[in-house]
Amino acid sequence: MITIGNYVKPKSLEEAYELNQARSSRVMGGMMWMRLGNARVKTVIDLSGLGLDQIEDEGNVIKIGAMCTLRQIEQCEALRDLCGDGIAECVRHIVGVQFRNQATIGGSIYGRFGFSDVLTAFLALDTFVELYDGGTIRLSEFVNRKPDKDILLSVIVRKSKRKFRYDSIRQTKTDFPVIACSVVTGMVHGKETWYFSVGARPMKAALLEKQWEIPADASEEMIADYARQAAAEFTYGSNMRGSAGYRQHLAEVLIRREMTSILAEER
Amino acid sequence: MTMAEERKDMRVVNHAVPKVDAQALVTGKAVYTNDLAPFDSLIVKIVRSPHAHALIKDINTARAEAVPGIECVLTYKDCPDKRFTMAGQTYPEPSPYDRLILDQRMRFVGDAAAIVAGTSEEAVRKAMKLVKIKYEVLEPVLDFRQAKDNPILVHPEDNWKSLCPVGADNKRNLCAHDECGSGDIEAVLADCDYVIDRVYHTKANQQAMMETFRTYTYLDAYGRLNVVSSTQVPFHVRRILANALDIPKSKVRVIKPRIGGGFGAKQTSVSEVYPALVTWKTGKPAKIIFTREESLIASSPRHEMEMHVRLGADKEGHIRGIDLYTLSNTGAFGEHGPTTVGLSGHKSIPLYGQTEAFRFTYDVVYTNVMSAGAYRGYGATQGIFAVESAVNELAQVLGMDPTVLREKNLVREGQTMPAYYGETAASCALDRCLSRAKEMIGWDEKYPCRDMGNGKVRGVGVAMAMQGSGISGVDTGSVSIKVNDDGFYSLMIGATDMGTGCDTILSQMAAECLDCDISEIVVHGVDTDISPYDCGSYASSTTYVTGMAVVKACESLREKICEKGAEYMGCAVDEVEFNGAEVVNLKTGGSISRKDIGNKVMCFNNEPLCASGAYSSPTSPPPFMAGIAEVEIDKETGVVEMVDYAAVVDCGTVVNPSLARVQTEGGIAQGIGMALYEDVVYNSRGKNYSNSFMQYKIPSRLDVGTIRVEFESSYEPTGPFGAKSIGEIVINTPSPAISNAVQNAVGVIVRELPITAEKVYRGMQEK
Amino acid sequence: MEIQFTLNRKQVTAEVGADTVLLGVLRDLGCKSVKCGCETTNCGLCTVWIDGKSRLSCSVLAAGIDGHEVTTLEGVEEEAAEFGRFLAAEGGEQCGFCSPGFIMNVLAMKRELEDPDLDEIKEYLAGNLCRCTGYMSQLRAIQKYMAAQKEKSGKEAQA
Repeated sequence: MITIGNYVKPKSLEEAYELNQARSSRVMGGMMWMRLGNARVKTVIDLSGLGLDQIEDEGNVIKIGAMCTLRQIEQCEALRDLCGDGIAECVRHIVGVQFRNQATIGGSIYGRFGFSDVLTAFLALDTFVELYDGGTIRLSEFVNRKPDKDILLSVIVRKSKRKFRYDSIRQTKTDFPVIACSVVTGMVHGKETWYFSVGARPMKAALLEKQWEIPADASEEMIADYARQAAAEFTYGSNMRGSAGYRQHLAEVLIRREMTSILAEER
Repeated sequence: MTMAEERKDMRVVNHAVPKVDAQALVTGKAVYTNDLAPFDSLIVKIVRSPHAHALIKDINTARAEAVPGIECVLTYKDCPDKRFTMAGQTYPEPSPYDRLILDQRMRFVGDAAAIVAGTSEEAVRKAMKLVKIKYEVLEPVLDFRQAKDNPILVHPEDNWKSLCPVGADNKRNLCAHDECGSGDIEAVLADCDYVIDRVYHTKANQQAMMETFRTYTYLDAYGRLNVVSSTQVPFHVRRILANALDIPKSKVRVIKPRIGGGFGAKQTSVSEVYPALVTWKTGKPAKIIFTREESLIASSPRHEMEMHVRLGADKEGHIRGIDLYTLSNTGAFGEHGPTTVGLSGHKSIPLYGQTEAFRFTYDVVYTNVMSAGAYRGYGATQGIFAVESAVNELAQVLGMDPTVLREKNLVREGQTMPAYYGETAASCALDRCLSRAKEMIGWDEKYPCRDMGNGKVRGVGVAMAMQGSGISGVDTGSVSIKVNDDGFYSLMIGATDMGTGCDTILSQMAAECLDCDISEIVVHGVDTDISPYDCGSYASSTTYVTGMAVVKACESLREKICEKGAEYMGCAVDEVEFNGAEVVNLKTGGSISRKDIGNKVMCFNNEPLCASGAYSSPTSPPPFMAGIAEVEIDKETGVVEMVDYAAVVDCGTVVNPSLARVQTEGGIAQGIGMALYEDVVYNSRGKNYSNSFMQYKIPSRLDVGTIRVEFESSYEPTGPFGAKSIGEIVINTPSPAISNAVQNAVGVIVRELPITAEKVYRGMQEK
Repeated sequence: MEIQFTLNRKQVTAEVGADTVLLGVLRDLGCKSVKCGCETTNCGLCTVWIDGKSRLSCSVLAAGIDGHEVTTLEGVEEEAAEFGRFLAAEGGEQCGFCSPGFIMNVLAMKRELEDPDLDEIKEYLAGNLCRCTGYMSQLRAIQKYMAAQKEKSGKEAQA
């Protein structure tokens, strides 16, 4: 279990950032995963007094404060209007309501965990993260950065007419995923573009972008071919939940189903 | 049998009475071990071995002892060098005496290396890191198939001993070995039209009761060691602690409060020795609360077994012979090793009533993984998975409906069961159980499978099971009951309610026998100083064995109440009758109430108004059960989802229908976990990966589908009110029934549990 | 550090460390209904309400509770006993060790969801593990309890 020297609830973001510059300081989210490690943290910084727990519809973007809980995301009308049921789908399997009342999106995204459903889902969307010092950058860039001393303030999803699907395979219904896949498609710079994100490979989610023009009435074989191609571009590993080969097979199946579902909606 | 047989119209027994402790439990009252421990108890924790096999070369406790608040740091040097077993079994225990409280040799990752006790959790945690141990790391034996006669010995020590002739030999890593049979199995199999020859593998499973192992201890005014513990076996714990500490049994008192589940886990004395040693050394109260991690890496899970079944039949599907070889992995210590294995054959083979021959052979081996123990089903679960799966494979080979194949062969009432110690099935409704389960699920419409048209296929699968009711000729239950002022009764039992409700059902039986309301019976948790002896709650014994003791004690008490009533009314005892409320003089119509009798015996009385009864049975009448699973399989991913489970149980007379139903539903859910999800996984160096509820996945309420339970009662002539057991049998059908449902849905036979989606997918690929 | 918070409608004060979790603090304050089943947020035994929402007290830092409102089963005992009667009628409490956390989440569900169907009930309570019952008896109890509540509120509305 974690050992913590001081607990601080800063009054301002400036204070939080300053505190976090010390080598043994850590910003806490919902304290779900951080607590389980054996880290010795001198100062833990709780951002819960800084108004980062709101989801705001700002017209062209939806801005999700880092301290929003997964349950807020699950129940958010604005996100459902934008992305459909996929958003609730990406969190509803996570342990239980009590857990989701506590786990934060900031914790999920900042942690860049391999098993993260949330990261897998948001990575495929047109998502940015707002950092205190580093400004606003794409999530796809942030996900590959090494953890540093900056503070994640919000997750920003840009509105557009993209279609979004999310699916996962799990052993028990509330377990970590064996594989998690999301597929997003829409027009980007005038081109039909497909985004594929696969998480729990078991490595953390990665993003694949394809300019594929797939007709809405594409044959099953054709879609299966695309899915095979997409799934094959990710790497997979083995652990006690599944082998690399099985994971790739599952990714292929889920991607194909998600693509088929999107194309069916377009018909 | 008088009272039990007479009662056709039962008022209390066979009714769904809420549990007597329900109100306290649902309002969260402080009734469990850790709720009751003195606030100043020393916190006890264990420093555990990081190696699967090692010798402690040097252990330095000085820095740990110097941490403020640390009371003591104990090592193997502080423990008696007399081996004992932690298995909660009747003396002389079949489990070998192979344990010390702390040993110089580490036998699995997580084995106890040192005990640290201090005034706070923080101090103890800090001190644990400062206990410096130098290990000589040894090569472990991790593969149980390689353990027998391996040059690496798990127990090379000379003071290892086996008290019973179970075929144990520590110089061969053998915890037990036996062979038995009847008829010429080789000749019968050679003569069969079909022989199924298969190997099945079941894994270690965790009982995963919600309350982890925990105990607190203190010395009382008489200098005796008092032990309050979450245990199924208080009287056995008294002996185990006396053995472990090498002190007289008279120095130990064990008290059992409410228990947060056991399922067999707490039939092993997993946690008691540690605080007991601390209190005995320091004189101070001490408590240990196992973390969930400790409960998953250093506990008493189900024995992993590999079973080789040969099953012979003729063309018409008559099963003529069964040959079973079981290899059981007892891990680092032999708790319940010699006994669990026996059930893998003795409670699977007798399901088939007309075999001409059987043979059952087994080896139980030591390895360097955590010790196994007792888990609901106790070896029968494993054996039934193997034999029932083999029968399902035979059905496929014969092209026969597996329920029809069973109808031809299943054991029926009145048949003798050679593989069940030659006992006769005096009560058996297995045939009715099977036919009712088929109706409930709609077998004839659903067998073998239905394509749902969305990439999914639903299959149904069947299995049967049996268990025992107590250990014949061994298990002993005794109770005493007394009349108090105003006539209420105190029922003293030594059987341990672990959430299952035995305090309630034994009170029901007493109320039935004594013609009173259950609220007039006061029942008490177990205290070895006061409670009458009972071997404990295991082996499905309480309802049957202790239940009969209740009936006997109540019969005797009724006679004494009549005697007192007659005495107070000044008439002869054969002139009176007790109707529950009063003793009536049949000649005069005069009467004296139980209330008055109760008050009168507290004044100028030379004969206490109480009675005792004990019971031990020469037989162990099996309950029977049929289970049918319906599963839905995703043909592309292999994901198996539970849809429906129909189960019909013959437990004789159902003493409490709602509690029996919940036992059954709960056992099936655990069986579903075993079948589909649960696995104790070790890495190549013996480290246990399944060390939390994140990694060891028990089913949530989204994973079990619908479970439906009915009862088809037989009447067991030797049981209380015709009852048999129910606690264990209920876990036995899911694994083979679910496996059969998968087989019938997609043609894949998974012979190693759990049946994961990946195994089903691989099976479909290979076809 | 010292924290002040509302526990079951009473103001309380506790001295806690920076890494003390709420579960132990609540038990030390006498709320023994709060149980620890896993330490890894998987079992739901330690469920309490913080500002009215179900949370897992095994992973809430006590330090962060300063100024908040905590409710344990002791704070809703009457309501728990009422639902508990339905649970006990089905035998659905069994060992009882998971009952407090489970009941807290059932009562939270009652406040949050209107007339939930079986699937919604199962999903809402998925984070409450139980090893004894196989869950069916709990579901029967919830459905009967909800029906009784509905009838009761219907009668009250009529009156």
